[in-house]
Amino acid sequence: MIVNKSAIEMSQLLKDGEISSVDLTKAHLERIDEVDGQVKAFLYVDREGALAQAQLVDTKRKSGEKLSPLAGVPLALKDVMTQRGIPTTCGSKMLEGWRPPYDSTVVTRLRSSDVVILGKTNCDEFAMGSSTENSAYFPTRNPWDLNRIPGGSGGGSSASLAAYEAPLAIGTDTGGSIRQPAAVTGTVGVKPTYGGVSRYGLVAFSSSLDQAGPCARTVLDAAYLHEAIAGYDPLDSTSINAPVPPIVAAAKDGNVKGMKIGVIKELQGDGYQPGVLKLFNQSLEELANLGAEIVEVSCKYFDYALAAYYLIAPSECSSNLARFDAMRYGLRIGEGSAESVMNSTRAAGFGKEVKRRIILGTYALSSGYYDAYYGSAQKVRTLISQDFKAAFEKADVLVSPTAPTTAFKIGEKSNDPIAMYLNDIATIPTNLAGVCGMSLPSGLAEEDGLPAGFQIMAGAMKDDRLYKVGAALENALVKKWGGGILEQAPRLGIK
Amino acid sequence: MISREDVANLAKLARIDMSDDELDHLASELSVILDAVARVQEVANSDVPPTSHPIPMTNVFRIDENRPSLSPEDALSGAPASEGQRFKVPQILGEE
Repeated sequence: MIVNKSAIEMSQLLKDGEISSVDLTKAHLERIDEVDGQVKAFLYVDREGALAQAQLVDTKRKSGEKLSPLAGVPLALKDVMTQRGIPTTCGSKMLEGWRPPYDSTVVTRLRSSDVVILGKTNCDEFAMGSSTENSAYFPTRNPWDLNRIPGGSGGGSSASLAAYEAPLAIGTDTGGSIRQPAAVTGTVGVKPTYGGVSRYGLVAFSSSLDQAGPCARTVLDAAYLHEAIAGYDPLDSTSINAPVPPIVAAAKDGNVKGMKIGVIKELQGDGYQPGVLKLFNQSLEELANLGAEIVEVSCKYFDYALAAYYLIAPSECSSNLARFDAMRYGLRIGEGSAESVMNSTRAAGFGKEVKRRIILGTYALSSGYYDAYYGSAQKVRTLISQDFKAAFEKADVLVSPTAPTTAFKIGEKSNDPIAMYLNDIATIPTNLAGVCGMSLPSGLAEEDGLPAGFQIMAGAMKDDRLYKVGAALENALVKKWGGGILEQAPRLGIK
Repeated sequence: MISREDVANLAKLARIDMSDDELDHLASELSVILDAVARVQEVANSDVPPTSHPIPMTNVFRIDENRPSLSPEDALSGAPASEGQRFKVPQILGEE
């Protein structure tokens, strides 16, 4: 079946004239029709737009135009990215029906690479959550077990990949929202270095942490997508003005001989599911067999990362989400003064988790508490960056399990915010320090047969190292499994 | 500990109407969350500089020149209400 192939295999078939982009796009739209009633990965499917874009690429190809590697390949876009004229809700009632008047830079770059955008994927409201249950519309389901969460906030993107509804997807990662969904769905997700991919047109949640990045089923596919969207953008003042690291070359190389791989002592043990740890250790053995040197490193302030994150992210969100004031776009509810309209609109438009974080952030930033909470969290951020710096002197990359457990059941943690927040314990330090991280499948946990993730972290603008190590591990594991991990997933749909 | 009155004041500052139930629920939840996150204070000593932004950058300016921007129609396309080329908003100042 064409939809089961990797993006790069699809690209080759397109180049060889074996299939047209229109037919490839139709195959994915049919797959969406077939399974999305169960998976619910998409908030909006842009059939006409996708087919028109595919037709355009086919015409370009016929005329002999030189095309990018991903030209004509379909992609699913997380619904926090603006695409001109296409509904962008951020999983919130606040933006229901809003059609942005401009493209995000990521979308502009996807267009210039002639990627076909299939539609917008579900997520936790304004990307706040670890399960996609906080979407104001519906929860997305994990293709491995439809009663379980697909991770979050980017659960729509990860589920769309695992269900073969799209070979590529865009995610955003503020505390793990690309990597944790990848881990629990058996897919690959990368949080690039902060500033590596433009945030222009990414609806802001926590501006000093938010980072868009690639999601895919293979490391090489993620690499091609990463290169297509990365690079300096004058429209984002935090964008890094430096060349994009040689990501695709690193993914093709996949040689870890002589590389030092640092295992972070603090990111294992208590709270981690035994089967997840076992897979992590087996992956380490694979890397050692390939000639990497495994060393242990300690990052003692990582124990404070979760606490710092749940002050910094809510603080920034309380400020960023002040823009939803019912005046210029989005929902407007109620009558009377501007203030009372704001009050009733924000009461009706925001969900429980968003309100919780806005109130928490408002508290942490209020005078009298600022130094004790937000100020202290910023200091912890410094300590965590120093931990990373010291660790990267001992190792080329650092590794850990991506998430402490496999996918939990829908509803299991929705009434316990702290238990939910603990999902991000291993992914958050990366965001706080602005360094880069990848999750790729490490196997199926023996307790429940569900996928777990192996996380690789590298220093700022060393994103190529993620791909080098990720490709090496993926090659070894796929050989061991006799195919990609998703081949072991239950088959959805009729075909 | 964070009281129901504290939450009511924060909700007012954040411009979110909240029911009594919501206030009660949030007061107890926020107390638990604040207890958990307050541990940042254990290590945030005075000799540690704060980090507001992970990649240090200063003076990021663009060239001061005209660039195309959204047309008034585009800018108003998502407005809950508009009149002419303006956003139409509820009364901001009181009558007095």
